[in-house]
Amino acid sequence: MKPKGFDYLRAASVEEAVDGLKEGGEEARIVAGGQSLGAMMNMRLVEPELLVDIAGIADLDYLRAENGALEVGAALTQAELLEWSGLAEQAPLLHLAMPHVGHFQTRNRGTVCGSIAHADPSSELPLSLAVLGGEVKLRSASGQRTLAASEFQLGMLSTARRPDEMVTAVRFPNPRPGQSFAFREVARRHGDFAIVAAAAVVSDGHVRLGIGGVADRPTVRDWEALEGSALDDALNEFAWDLGGHDDIHATARYRRELVRRIGRRAIEEARHA
Amino acid sequence: MPRLSREARHPVTIILNGKRASGYAEPRLLLVDFLRREIGATGSHVGCEHGVCGACTVRVDGKAVRSCLMYAVQADGRRVDTVEGLGDDSSDLTALQSAFRREHALQCGYCTPGVLMSISDFLERNPKPTETEIREMLSGHICRCTGYAGMVRAVLDVVSNGGAAESPKSE
Repeated sequence: MKPKGFDYLRAASVEEAVDGLKEGGEEARIVAGGQSLGAMMNMRLVEPELLVDIAGIADLDYLRAENGALEVGAALTQAELLEWSGLAEQAPLLHLAMPHVGHFQTRNRGTVCGSIAHADPSSELPLSLAVLGGEVKLRSASGQRTLAASEFQLGMLSTARRPDEMVTAVRFPNPRPGQSFAFREVARRHGDFAIVAAAAVVSDGHVRLGIGGVADRPTVRDWEALEGSALDDALNEFAWDLGGHDDIHATARYRRELVRRIGRRAIEEARHA
Repeated sequence: MPRLSREARHPVTIILNGKRASGYAEPRLLLVDFLRREIGATGSHVGCEHGVCGACTVRVDGKAVRSCLMYAVQADGRRVDTVEGLGDDSSDLTALQSAFRREHALQCGYCTPGVLMSISDFLERNPKPTETEIREMLSGHICRCTGYAGMVRAVLDVVSNGGAAESPKSE
């Protein structure tokens, strides 16, 4: 289908973008790559009165490692992050997760911040941000604030962003010495939405596992020194706690089984990485 | 930049396959519909209209993108390359197109223009891809005729015969 009519503002600066949001109120939406929003607008699931395009704001088109984190500006595309030569060293989990984000053709326009702002429960980038304990930087005409990933994503396609705010950057904490990472997902085809995705961070007996695609948002759990059947029991408990449901892609039971299996595989892979 | 009203048709000029092309677009007009209806360039096809099937893939400033997830007003002033720009004239095929014909990489041809534009961007960035990388790139397209095997063979053929796919003639 075709989108409903909307006014279009190509913002030249962050100030112009947040002024546009202030003026447009709840009916305004930010667009950067438009790979999720554009599809939802074509299907008329979202019908904004005003689109504020931030893709051309040079101040948001950046990637920098500073203050213990990799900070990604809101205009940086997923393809630019994936092709960055420092990715494997500076952000090993993203290096593993990024190839699963959409397809070559959608990563060319889709942005890193856009995926996080869209907050799909099965998306890889919100899961990576959650498991790394990252942050989201928000800006409005009246000020700015920074939220932890766990404070930002509230549910399915739902975040703590106020209507007059835009995401200007996200921050992925740097790997600490001794940490190792793994990423696993099961999808019908490579690049499709994950039925279940698992991201593991392991260091010196400590295990952190994040699961996407089951609950209404990526969910993270920490354990100390788990082995053998204790690990199986912990994963089983986690799988049930996530409260998955049946849909056209998979049953809740299948999703629980995937949590147990790829959760374990991700943890073992990270231990041997 | 002023706010573009939904009611009005705004002038849009693109460099289409190396030549200037102009038309008018309401903000909601998709790039693929602008190409087909305003410009008359019907080589790019409209499939699912929500970014999944890949039939409408074109190159904007060199990058393969879904032209159903981009508005014509967003392409204003930019370079757009479509399947019409691949050969030197309508009877002239690039190495990639010839390989598609030879390897039966198409049947009905509906998905082909988009697939060709994806591959031409992909091979410029990755001139020696593995079969796995080719299959990953093709996962962004839906073809209901071929089963993709012919497309994979065609790309491998072009890659192993030394030539990356020829660039659009605007370059």
